[in-house]
Formats: sequence, structure tokens, C-alpha cells
Amino acid sequence: MVESKQQWKAWLYLSPAIVLLLIFTVWPIINTVAMAFMEDYSGLAKIGGDTAFRFGIGNFAKVVQNADFQQALINTVLLCVISVPISTILALLIAVALHAIKPLQKALQTIFFLPYVTNSIAIGMVFAAMFNVIGSVGTRRPLISSYGIVNDIIRFFGGNWVNWINSGSEHWANMFVLITYIVWNALPFKILILLGGLTGINKQYYEAAKVDSTPRWRVLTRITVPLLSPMLAYVVITGFIGGFKEYTSIVGIFGESMGPVHAKGSMNTMVGLIYDSLASNNQGRASAAALILFGIILVVTLINLWVSKKHVHY
Amino acid sequence: MSQSVMKVMQGRDLRKTSARQKITHILSQAGIYLFLLLMAAIVLFPFYWMIISSLKSLVEYRLSPPTFWPMQALFSNYADAFTTASLGVLFKNTMIVGLVSTLLSLVITIFTAFAFARLQFKGKELLFAALLATMMIPGELFTITNYATVTHLNITGTYTVLIVPFLVSVFYIYLLRQNFLQIPNELYLAAKVDGTSDMKYLWKVMVPLSLPTLISITILKMMGAWNSYIWPRLVANDPEHRLITNGLRNAFTDTTGDVNYPVQMAAVALVSLPLFLVFVFLRKYIMSGVSRSGIKG
Repeated sequence: MVESKQQWKAWLYLSPAIVLLLIFTVWPIINTVAMAFMEDYSGLAKIGGDTAFRFGIGNFAKVVQNADFQQALINTVLLCVISVPISTILALLIAVALHAIKPLQKALQTIFFLPYVTNSIAIGMVFAAMFNVIGSVGTRRPLISSYGIVNDIIRFFGGNWVNWINSGSEHWANMFVLITYIVWNALPFKILILLGGLTGINKQYYEAAKVDSTPRWRVLTRITVPLLSPMLAYVVITGFIGGFKEYTSIVGIFGESMGPVHAKGSMNTMVGLIYDSLASNNQGRASAAALILFGIILVVTLINLWVSKKHVHY
Repeated sequence: MSQSVMKVMQGRDLRKTSARQKITHILSQAGIYLFLLLMAAIVLFPFYWMIISSLKSLVEYRLSPPTFWPMQALFSNYADAFTTASLGVLFKNTMIVGLVSTLLSLVITIFTAFAFARLQFKGKELLFAALLATMMIPGELFTITNYATVTHLNITGTYTVLIVPFLVSVFYIYLLRQNFLQIPNELYLAAKVDGTSDMKYLWKVMVPLSLPTLISITILKMMGAWNSYIWPRLVANDPEHRLITNGLRNAFTDTTGDVNYPVQMAAVALVSLPLFLVFVFLRKYIMSGVSRSGIKG
């Protein structure tokens, strides 16, 4: 039996959270969904927005037909599809290697976790500095004073320097820099989770493999990966969700123009597009874009779960 | 007799294979270390580059091939960075917002988690499930309406707007509730028999017993304030209320070309330093918080 006094007390304890959640979580869900269907709605009359609107799916149509949206969607999908497998495989190899050593294990583990505690804008600026070329790039006869450390390393091994992020750089080069940064940034979390999973695996499997003198590679693919599959599924799913919400790493490398000097906005992502719509005071369209993003993340997560259901051993 | 000969020969064989096994073991260990050290070097390189670049003169920075250790450490870059980005104000703002929001957030989280873990009320399970469900929704969806809300409330460009909308974190409530549930209920009932009030029991027993989780939450929340960019830029982008990340990006808008990188890298190093200190001293709490969450700051 529940005393009514205790009921009353429980709600008192909950009240601060409930009030704030109603204002900043529940209301936004209702309002954003509603605004998505309010065509040409700017909402913010206070800062000169037009509050007139009519209901319809025009916002969605406008967002989808927008060339910027298509570019942003391509960018987002591309960086997810490339960076998630690379970072997952690298993290798996590093975690397995860390698990196989004794001396230095703690020290190396600490080093690999370091990128996690960084400011993504700040370190993005460091990556920009590493790939930046100083001099007149993009002209017919470039006069270079410094190629940047990455190009210096490439030249040291006899390769040709690349215009990574400067004026006139190509989209694939921009993408390469961004994905390198995202992978670097994504490793710590994945290594932490996978290493946690590895320590949970029963040692007997490995001893049995040792008795049968199973080669290392087979041990990895036949024992470690299947037994680690729940953690692998977890890091892949969170990796995709994070990838679809990528935004600040691009601001870090390319600045708020979201692209190299000659092609502003060419590196924009879905989230970037939502904030662009907000900045241009178009609440309706921003809401529609956010719902589309939510839908994409939901579908991708469901696909991931469906795939992992087939392959994950619990 | 022949049997003993066999035994001896088998023994030799075993010794041979064990020697071979030892060699392959050493070789594979060496390979593993080589791989790990190489990866560690790649992971650390941006930090190394940030620090040495921040100490170079502009002339030295432009050298090709580059120097891998500053010829003369130029600490004035740090002073320049501090004034160029007016880091003092940014540090102050971020500390105010971080400390106040962490403190309030902790109190709210403790109360809410306590209600869900120990008190009985109608619709408890349903409400908790509803809370967890909101975690699936991307933050952008909230941001759009919250931006409109704070504009209507006329609180943009204040500390309030940076603190209040993010005081309740469903994830922290979840984390602390799990921790509270591990504390045996007998303790609570015993306290009730003794006539201890709920409030006193919460603060004298449950909170001290959950200190590690509370420390994890504190660190993640502070790091969140330090790294937040999108919301502060949207609602409080004036020089008086700007937060550190936003201020850094604002002070150094150019990322490519002939930028004064040494000063820029010094600013980046200054912004990164507190995070490193937290990491060095409180690594354990960050890692345990992160491994249970999967959210970044």
C-alpha cells in the first residue's frame, strides 16, 4: 500500500526535474514536430520572423530538394561509411594488442585515451595547422614557403605534396583530412569499450586454442571477434549515431565557413544545415531537417541492430 | 629399455618445440609492441605538434623543412594568445557557467534519482521509461524549439540561458539511480525505524556511498561546459558571456593560409591544458563514467 503522504513527497523530489523537462524537453518535441509541418514559418517574430504559415509538407520538400541538403547528406553518409569501419578495425587491433602485453600496458592505455579529453574545436585547429600549406597555393606556379608537416612527411618518403585544405583543394582531400581527424577522435572511446570487453572473455577459450596451437589470426577471427561482437555492435552503432551528428570537428578544421576558402559550405553536414536554417530564421525548415535527421538515424540504427542480431553472439 | 629411449627423444622434441615457441612468442610480442608504439606516436603527434608550434617564432614556423624542436622557446606567444583571444574573460565565463550548472545539476539529479530508486509513487516505471526514451532523440531537435523559447523569455545573452536548459540530464539520473539501487534497502528501512528523515538519509548515507558516480558526473558536466560550442554560439555570443570554445573559434577565424599559427597553437594549448590536468588527476572517474555512457562530455 502506498501512503498518499509518500506520493506527495516523491513528486516534491521530482518537481525540479519535471518542470525543467516539461519546458526544455517535452515541449520541444511537440513544438518541433508541429513546426516541421508549418510551411514558411519563421516563428521568431521578436527578431523579425514571419509568424504566418499554412500546414503542409512543403518544408520537407524544400529541404530535400535543396542542393545544399543533398551535398550535406552525401558528406555525412560518406564520412560515416568510411570513418566507422576504419576506426572500429583500428580500435579492435589496438585493444587486442594492448590486451596481449603486460609491461607498459597501463601507460599505453592512458596515451590511447588522451584524445578523448580534448576540445574538438581546439584540436581541429591543430589538424588544420598540420595539413595547411603556407604560400601561394592554387595559383599556376605555386610559391611555397612551408608545405605543412603532413606534406613534409609525404615528401620525405618521396611522394608529391597535396593541397589538403587550402584554396583550390579538392573535395576528396578535404574529406581525407576530416576523416583522419574523426578517426583519431573516435579511437579512445572504442578502445576503452573493446578492451573492457576483452578482459571479460573467459581465458579458457585462449588456453584451448593454445593447446591446439591455433594461429593468432584464427584466434582473432574465430574467438575474439565473435565473443566481442556485442561490444563491436555497440561501438559501431554509437559510431554511426555520432557520425550523423558530426559538426564541431568540421568547424574546428575549416572554421564556420564549413569548407575551404574557395568552396564555402562544401563540407557541411546535416547538423550544420539545421543550424544554417536556424541562423536564417527559418524555424519550420530547421525542424523539418531535424526530423529528417532523426529519421535517418533511426533507420540506420535499426539496420545496425538487424544486422547485429544475425551476427552477434550473446 | 627402448621405452626409456623413446622418452628421452620425446623430451628433446618437446624442448625443441618449446624453444621455437619461445622465439615466435618473443617475435610476436616485439611485433605487438612495435605496432602499439607506432600507433601511440600517431595519437600523440598532434599534441606534440601543438606544443612545439606554440613555442616557435613565426619565421621558424614557416621554415621548410620544419624544425622538430623550437630553436628558441618563445613563451611570449602564450601572452599574445591570452590577450588576442581575451582568454581571461572566457575562462571566467566558462568557470561560472560550469560550476553553477554542475552544482545545480547535481542537486536535481540526486533528488530525482532518489525518488526513482527509493520512493513509491504511481506511474513510476512508466515515467522512468518515458525519460529514457527521450535519450534517443538527437539534441538538435530540442535546440530548435529551445532557441525560440529563450528568445521569447528574453534571456539570450545571459549566464542563465547557458545554464538552465541543460540542468536535467536523463543519463545522469539513470546512472545515479543504478548506483542508489545497489545500496541495500535494509539500510533505508533501518533509518526509517530510527526516525531518520528521508532528506537526512539521502545526504548522510546515499550521497556519500555514491561519491564515485557523483564525481564522474561532475567531471563530465564540467567538461561539457568547457567543450560546448553550438548552444553558446546560438544564444550568448556576446563578448561578455562568450564561453571558451566559442571564444577560441571567434578569435582565430582563419584556419588555413598564412595564419599566425604559433599564437593560435598557444591559445589552443591553453584551452587544452585544464582538460589535460583533469585527465591526469581524475582519469579513473572519467574512464568509468565514459565506459558506462558513450557520450562525449
